[in-house]
Amino acid sequence: MHIPKALDPVEAVKGAYPNAVLDVVQFRDETTLVIHPQEIVSVARFLRGTNGLIYNYLSDISSVDYFPDYNRPGRFGVCYHLLSMLYTRRIRLKVYLPEDEPVVQTVVGVWPAANWLEREIYDMMGIIFEGHPDLRRVLMPDDWDGHPLRRDAPLGYETVMFSFNVDEINKHKPYAQE
Amino acid sequence: MVAPIVKVEPVAIPDSMKQWEGSLEQLRGLVSERAMTGETMLLNMGPHHPSTHGVLRLLLELDGEQIVTCLPDVGYLHTGIEKSIESKSYEKAVPLTDRMDYLAPMSNNMVFALAVEKLTGLDVPERAQVIRVICLELTRINSHLVWLGTHALDMGAMSVFLYCFREREYLLDMFEMLSGQRLMGSYIRPGGVWRDLPAEFMPALERFINYFPGKVDDYEKILTNNPLWIDRTQGIGVIEPDEGIALGVSGPSLRASGVNWDIRKSQPYSGYEKYDFNVPLGEHGDVYDRFYVRILELRESLKIIQQAMKNVPGGAFRSTNRKFVPPPRAELGRSMEAVIHHFKLWTEGYAAPDQEVFVAIESPRGEIGCYLHGTGGNKPRRAHFKTPSFMHISALGKIAEGHMIADLVGIIGSVDIVLGDSDR
Repeated sequence: MHIPKALDPVEAVKGAYPNAVLDVVQFRDETTLVIHPQEIVSVARFLRGTNGLIYNYLSDISSVDYFPDYNRPGRFGVCYHLLSMLYTRRIRLKVYLPEDEPVVQTVVGVWPAANWLEREIYDMMGIIFEGHPDLRRVLMPDDWDGHPLRRDAPLGYETVMFSFNVDEINKHKPYAQE
Repeated sequence: MVAPIVKVEPVAIPDSMKQWEGSLEQLRGLVSERAMTGETMLLNMGPHHPSTHGVLRLLLELDGEQIVTCLPDVGYLHTGIEKSIESKSYEKAVPLTDRMDYLAPMSNNMVFALAVEKLTGLDVPERAQVIRVICLELTRINSHLVWLGTHALDMGAMSVFLYCFREREYLLDMFEMLSGQRLMGSYIRPGGVWRDLPAEFMPALERFINYFPGKVDDYEKILTNNPLWIDRTQGIGVIEPDEGIALGVSGPSLRASGVNWDIRKSQPYSGYEKYDFNVPLGEHGDVYDRFYVRILELRESLKIIQQAMKNVPGGAFRSTNRKFVPPPRAELGRSMEAVIHHFKLWTEGYAAPDQEVFVAIESPRGEIGCYLHGTGGNKPRRAHFKTPSFMHISALGKIAEGHMIADLVGIIGSVDIVLGDSDR
């Protein structure tokens, strides 16, 4: 089987989409391409389908919240961790999304594996994936208020029961009523 | 005699329960149009169904006994581990990772430890790496034993379950020797392992290595050529290689489809490149192949342990970088510096740069990944775990389509899901 020569992903993406790459970060042998949110699907499709790149496996989509004082282009970051099984290498695509409108195009059309990963991010971070076929909550209950993994969501805890406050705490518990 | 038809009056729903009442309209687009007219039946399976390995709920649309749509619903075991990690220093977050995939806690420790080491640039001594490999492979055997037992139990072969759990006891005893706990040992820590191998561990491992291969033969005698087992498993739940890659299936479930992808081979960590082992591959990608690949993996894991235990190098079992790893107890009495380091590490912890890393390793279930983002301070900004069970459950709907409801039990078992791993 003829395997095409591996291309440098950074140069290839820069050549094909000169306006899409906002920044390239190298940290501990990991390459991060910061992509313009508008271009994420076309860059993803390019990395997935170009000979010499073939990032055929979507390892992970994760999100990060830079609240409160972020010196970055946006409050939210969405990281796409891609894996090329053919050339055994990984790359990270990253988009920054603004606080008031955290919306990005879905990549379900490129990697079907993105379906539940994007649902999880919507659930946890409140980032909307436009064009997603089934954007419902996945881990939290459907009637949950807010998005728990945002940095401004309180951690929450269970008050410890002692004999002096057990009645008070029990009053607010959602026990079944007669 | 024909049973008399009893007319059942519909029970009125009390007002207090109205808020829980769902409507079919909510499912429009998720199930086929035939369900809307009542032509097909909607059936709720789980979350307490014994074959769902925890608390997985499946909403099934059935045409007779055939599955038209399968909608998995997870989240019943969501414990907010990722959120909790954000409020803990890196060292204190390790015990939380144990509790994700409770059948393979060491793999979770490992992926988190690797991520912290990568983020902070911490070194790991040679001895610790070999100990880690031994632990990871024991964990793999442990996890596969539970999988084999429960999978066979689902399909009606109860004796295998009892045998598997008998052998698992040996492993849990060994984990107890290492860490003091049978299940959630938190033994693998950033920088190495928690403590050195105790004196009784190596003889116990030796005994296990000699004892276990015969037991794998026994499992194979019961199942591999058993016509009942073959009838229930062959040709069921086929995952095509391309489909598996696209859906994010990984680990033995993907290798059973013939995709030669094992992170231990392709992107080795912790010195896996030094060991000689094969990556078992399946051919058809059905339930039987997924079963057989894991049986072969049991033997390969034994091979790795045998090679590792022969060459456990001397030296430190944990990094000696005192900015990250607390000093041994004995040093505290002699050295003021050690006291300071000890105090700093257990109160404040250590700082990691405001950067991000992603590490993926091969857990018994598949690719487990850890995305870790530091703040420059002592707590992470974000820790995200990509877990194989989550991906496998998301693929379940596609795999189960068109199968009988009885086969679904086998399919769930064969992709090897742990709900703690999926829900975190």
